Order: sequence, then C-alpha cells, then structure tokens
Amino acid sequence: MIALISPGSNLIGLLYLVTIICFIFALRFLSSPKHARRGNWIGGVGMVIAISSTLLLDGIGNWALLVVAALIGTAVGLVGARKVKMTAMPQMVALFNGVGGGAAALVALAEFHIATGGLATTASVSTVLSALIGSISFAGSLVAFGKLQELVSGRPITFPGQNIFNVAVLLGTVALGVSLVAGVHDQWVLWLLVALALLFGVLFVLPIGGADMPVVISLLNAFTGLAASATGFVLSNTVLIVAGMLVGASGTMLTLLMAKAMNRSVTNVLFGAFGQVQAGAGTGMRTDDGRTVRATTPEDVAVQLSFARKVVIVPGYGMAVAQAQHDVRQLAELLEEKGVDVQYAIHPVAGRMPGHMNVLLAEANVPYDALKEMDEINPEFPQTDVALVIGANDVTNPAARHDTSSPIYGMPILDVDKAASVIVMKRSMNPGFAGIDNELYLEPQTTMLFGDAKDSVVKLIAAVKQT
Amino acid sequence: MNLSLVIELTILALAIFLGFEVISKVPAMLHTPLMSGTNFIHGIVIVGAIIVLGEANDSFLKVIGFVAMTLATANVVGGWFVTDRMLEMFKKRPEPKKESTET
Repeated sequence: MIALISPGSNLIGLLYLVTIICFIFALRFLSSPKHARRGNWIGGVGMVIAISSTLLLDGIGNWALLVVAALIGTAVGLVGARKVKMTAMPQMVALFNGVGGGAAALVALAEFHIATGGLATTASVSTVLSALIGSISFAGSLVAFGKLQELVSGRPITFPGQNIFNVAVLLGTVALGVSLVAGVHDQWVLWLLVALALLFGVLFVLPIGGADMPVVISLLNAFTGLAASATGFVLSNTVLIVAGMLVGASGTMLTLLMAKAMNRSVTNVLFGAFGQVQAGAGTGMRTDDGRTVRATTPEDVAVQLSFARKVVIVPGYGMAVAQAQHDVRQLAELLEEKGVDVQYAIHPVAGRMPGHMNVLLAEANVPYDALKEMDEINPEFPQTDVALVIGANDVTNPAARHDTSSPIYGMPILDVDKAASVIVMKRSMNPGFAGIDNELYLEPQTTMLFGDAKDSVVKLIAAVKQT
Repeated sequence: MNLSLVIELTILALAIFLGFEVISKVPAMLHTPLMSGTNFIHGIVIVGAIIVLGEANDSFLKVIGFVAMTLATANVVGGWFVTDRMLEMFKKRPEPKKESTET
C-alpha cells in the first residue's frame, strides 16, 4: 500500500480539522428534528474522512488484520443497530459506551507497551487517564447493560461497607496511576491499574437502582468521551482530543440535567443507593386513612374520553414494555377525529435514558409536535378534562411535592393530579421502579383501569368506536 | 511544557466550551439521538486503533490492536446506523387535522 501522508505533515491535521467541523455540524443540526438526520450524515462523512486519512498514513501496515477486524466490527455493529428494539435503546447505548471505552483503554495499553524506554510526563498522565477512564467505562457499561437487559438485578445491589470499599479500590487505582506517572515503567503496574479500574467500574454501577439509569448512562457516555480525549493526548492527535471532549461535554451536561430532573445531586445518585431510602418506605398501599383505590371499566373511560375537550396522555415505561405505543397513537387519533384536543406529556426521566420516551413515541408515528415537555404541559393540567396515565408511576406522584419523607421528595413531577379527572392504567398495585407508593391513586378524582396496558388500550379503542 | 502540548490544551479548553454551547441547543426530545450520536462520535477512537494495529510489529500489539479495532468499528458502525434509524422516525404532524396551539 502506498503511504500518501507522512504522520508529521500538515495535510493530516487539515483533514482532521474537516472531520472536527463535520462533527460540530452533526451536533448543531440536532437542535431540531427537521434536519437532525442530515446532521448525522454529515458526521458520517467526517468519520469516513478521519478513517481514510489515517489509513493513508505512512507506516500503516497489517492490512489483513485491519480488514478482518473492521469486518467483524461492522457485522456486529450493523446487526446490533438493525435488530435493537427501541425499548432496548439504553442497553445499546450502554454497550457502545462500553466498547468505545474498551478501545480507548486498549490503545493506551499498546502505547505504553511501545514506549519501552519510559514515557514523558504528559504522555504518561494521558496514558494512565485513558486506561483508567476507559476501563471504568467499559466495565461500568457492561454492568449497566446487564442491569437494563435484566441479566443482573435492576434493584440496587449493596453490601456493608460498600462505599468505603469502593473508595479504597479507587484510591488504589489512583496510587498506581501516580506511581506510573512518577516514572515506574512496568507493564504489570498498568495491567494491575486496569484490573482495579475494571473492578471499580463494576462496583460503582452495581449499587445504582434501575430508576437512576438515565444518570448512569449519561455519565458513562461522558467517561468514554473523556477516555477518547485522553487517548488523543497520548497520540498527539487533535481529532481525538476534540471529538472526545465534545462527547465528554455532552455526557456531562446530560448527567447534570437528569440529576436535576430527579432533584438529586450526581454524588447522591452514585453513592446514595436509592435502595437504602427505599427500604425504609412502605411496600404495600397505605389505605389506613380511609381512602381507597377505585377501579373502572374501559367503557366508562371511553365515554369520559370521547366527551372531553382536552385529554393529556402521560406515557411511562410501562406503556413501552407492553408495546402499547401504536395502540395509544390509534386511540389518540380516534379521539382527535371526535374533536378532542390530545397531547402527550413527557417527563424528562420517562423511560430508561434521556429522551427515551420521545423515541418510542416517534417510532409509533406520533408526530413530535404533539409531545410536550414537563414545563410546557404542567400549566395546562388545570384545564385538562382527562389525564390518561399509561404505565407511568413515580413521575406523577404528588408526594414529591409535599412529603419530605418520600425518597422522591423534591423531584419535579407532572401535575396530573390537577386535571379534572385522572385515569391510571396499570397492571397491578405494585409500586413503580423506585419502589414507592403513589398517593395519586388515592385521590378522589382518580380511577384505575387495571390490566396489561396493550389489552386495556385495545379495549378502549373498541369502546370509543362504540360511543 | 512544550509548545505542542500548550496548543493541545488550548484546543481542549475551547472544545469544552464549544461542546456545552452546541449541546445546550439540543431539545430534550432529541436527547436519546444525541446520546447515540455522541456515541458514534466517540467511535473516533478508531483512529487510535488503526494507528496501533497498523503499526503493530509484535504479536502483543497485534492482539491488542485487533481487539481495539474490532470494538471501535462496532462502535462507529453501530452508533451511526442506530442514530440514523432513530432520527428517521421523527416526523411532524402530516396535515393539521384541526388548528391546535402552535408550538
């Protein structure tokens, strides 16, 4: 193969600059769903430019290996991207975070191996960071994947002295890193560091409950970006530095947004283990104050919906699990034909990752202009005739507003209880993902429609057609 | 500290601000595609994998480079296609069935 570009030449730097500009446009175009897809194409072009110009670098060989690895990777990536269900999107993103972080850590290991005579301080700092963050991201993402895929329990896994143990592991990792920077150049020290970082990655995700997953996935996203950026310093490669950092910034921002949407600090999410609070809260429905839950029938609900002026649908992850999105959209269209104003209220942490519910509804052909964010829809609930809660729980719990003992106290919620009438579609009286009772169900204007979300919606559609 | 490191750090600092700036414009509705899109972007680590594997001259580096290249390719290809698949689904209301409040 003819090498066209020498590693030190300005040409490669310029080509990388083009890639960086493409990536920035890709992100910029995401500001509206109208041209977001075009942005992704521009990003793709940028990636092709970066890959092909790197392949043309002087000194690149091992073509057979490169091609085979690329083919395997492409096959895996394509099948994964094609097959994945939209409900499983969080797992997929976690997995991609993991493989990216793993690749960054491996590149760091290789560079350390090459530099037999020891590394300069900058190179060693970035090698250590890349190996450390990359490994944490790799292991953490795999655990997150396992939890979301329900291979590992989604409930927080805790043991006594956990935080102290985790901190000890992290400190050990950092100590090894410092010794490497200070000049120890032993292969095994770096391997030990990687091993400890992997252990830490597992330990730090294990105690985090399923409801906190949006925060964790965003954080792992940021980690992989930072690892890639550190790799850029190891290789003195600008495209890695900038692209990695863009991802780092994005992940950090989403992490903070998600934590804010749950009214918790990131530290609290990572080390607070929701589970401990939850263990103190009751597990059954408290009905001792004389209020009871009232059940209703699809026919009654159909009448209410058909004669309403304004209906707000509050979808939750339960709807997605039951695969009821398409039927919900049909129901909404049916009501719109009857002249009912139908909107969807989307809580920022609905689903298992930031923006997850929007994707699920978009897949069901719900137009995106019918989807309203929390701040936009909350003032409209007092004028709403019927709020239809489908498989959402914690994000509608009024306890978050006033009950200081509730684990979700202070979390911004959808003010469903301000609607004239609330219908909650739910499989059973089991508490939600956070394991807390929902006092919305005891409100006088609330009625419950029990059953599988999909079945219930199908029955509703039939009943609405009758009325 | 040599000049190239100073330049790299400058670039890094600017990239942080640019990142926050660009991403703060992304609506919550598109946060999942944003995550998978940035997932695709961190696949840029493939450049590092190509350099490691392409320049590998012993079996240790070949193994490490091969695994890194496989992982990074899966990251790039999967990240891009899944983002494209998602963004394709976002559609506006076809024709207004009735005049509702415009956003």
